[in-house]
Amino acid sequence: MDVKAPSFLRSTAVRDGVGLGVAVGAAGLAFGTAAVTAGLSPAQAVFLSLFAFTGASQFALVGVVAGGGSLVAGVLGALLLGARNTLYGLRLADILGWRGLRRAVAAHGVIDETAAMTLPHTDRASAREAFTATYVVLGAFWVATTLVGSLATDRVADVSAFGLDAVGPAVFLGLLWPRLRDGDTRVRVIALLGAGVALAATPLLPPGVPVLLAASAALVGLLGPAPETVPRTGRATVEEGRP
Amino acid sequence: MTLWIALVATAAGCYLLKYAGLAAPRRLLDNPWLQRFAMTVPIALLAALIAVEALRGEGQALAWDTARMGGIGAAVVALVLRAPFLVVVVVAATATAALRWWGVG
Repeated sequence: MDVKAPSFLRSTAVRDGVGLGVAVGAAGLAFGTAAVTAGLSPAQAVFLSLFAFTGASQFALVGVVAGGGSLVAGVLGALLLGARNTLYGLRLADILGWRGLRRAVAAHGVIDETAAMTLPHTDRASAREAFTATYVVLGAFWVATTLVGSLATDRVADVSAFGLDAVGPAVFLGLLWPRLRDGDTRVRVIALLGAGVALAATPLLPPGVPVLLAASAALVGLLGPAPETVPRTGRATVEEGRP
Repeated sequence: MTLWIALVATAAGCYLLKYAGLAAPRRLLDNPWLQRFAMTVPIALLAALIAVEALRGEGQALAWDTARMGGIGAAVVALVLRAPFLVVVVVAATATAALRWWGVG
């Protein structure tokens, strides 16, 4: 690495990254646990954390494996969840302004946390520093704790006695909660519909597929008035958003 | 072996999705519908995952496991009290394990 260690360690971006890394490390432990409980080897768990490097997708895939479901549906579900990283990438592209090899390396680090830490910065230098620090620290914590969690769980004979089957739902709940708390009624309707569709389809379809079907609940988000996130030019007309 | 293929496909796909965002033409971002859809899909998927994993039974059947549901309920309480992520997960597992130890579910 061509990073100057002393000044790098003194920066706020790194300290923020370490704070976030501890929280992410907890999720890494949970992921290592869930992966081995599902039947992955510790090596396979670490492979996912190292290369897929996006928590929700990893948990989703592992959940399908645990249910003995269709691997194709598991992969598709993981990719659907990973699609929000595309949106983060779109928003990060301008502020980071990297090209070629640097962009190819940075792409691996585009996740919820790096986006959240980078996007508030307005100048390129501090945005790049925040991104790099968050990415490096989080990546190290995530992979290391996945290894620890998976190795520890590998030695546990009776998974249900430790309540480890509640870890998966608790993790997803922890990821969904802030969105429910900060979101409007529409967000709650989408969540309820998604859960309902998945439960209704579970007895009928192979594991993994019901969760994919639940993505259709997100279409509710397209109903109603036009989004206000992007300012519209000119007057907003009453007709807008009507069928 | 098949599992490894799924893992590699997931890793490659997740990377390409991230790269596509960094490399895509910027005007895509200006489409508010695309933006809204991309941010609501995870909500539907996460809710579906919670429901399916909480009520997972043998094979494709749904089952009510009182100990597991108790653990998830404890996680909700922890979230309402704004507990950190690690606490939420540990509370869920501990409550489930304790309920089972007492012979519940």
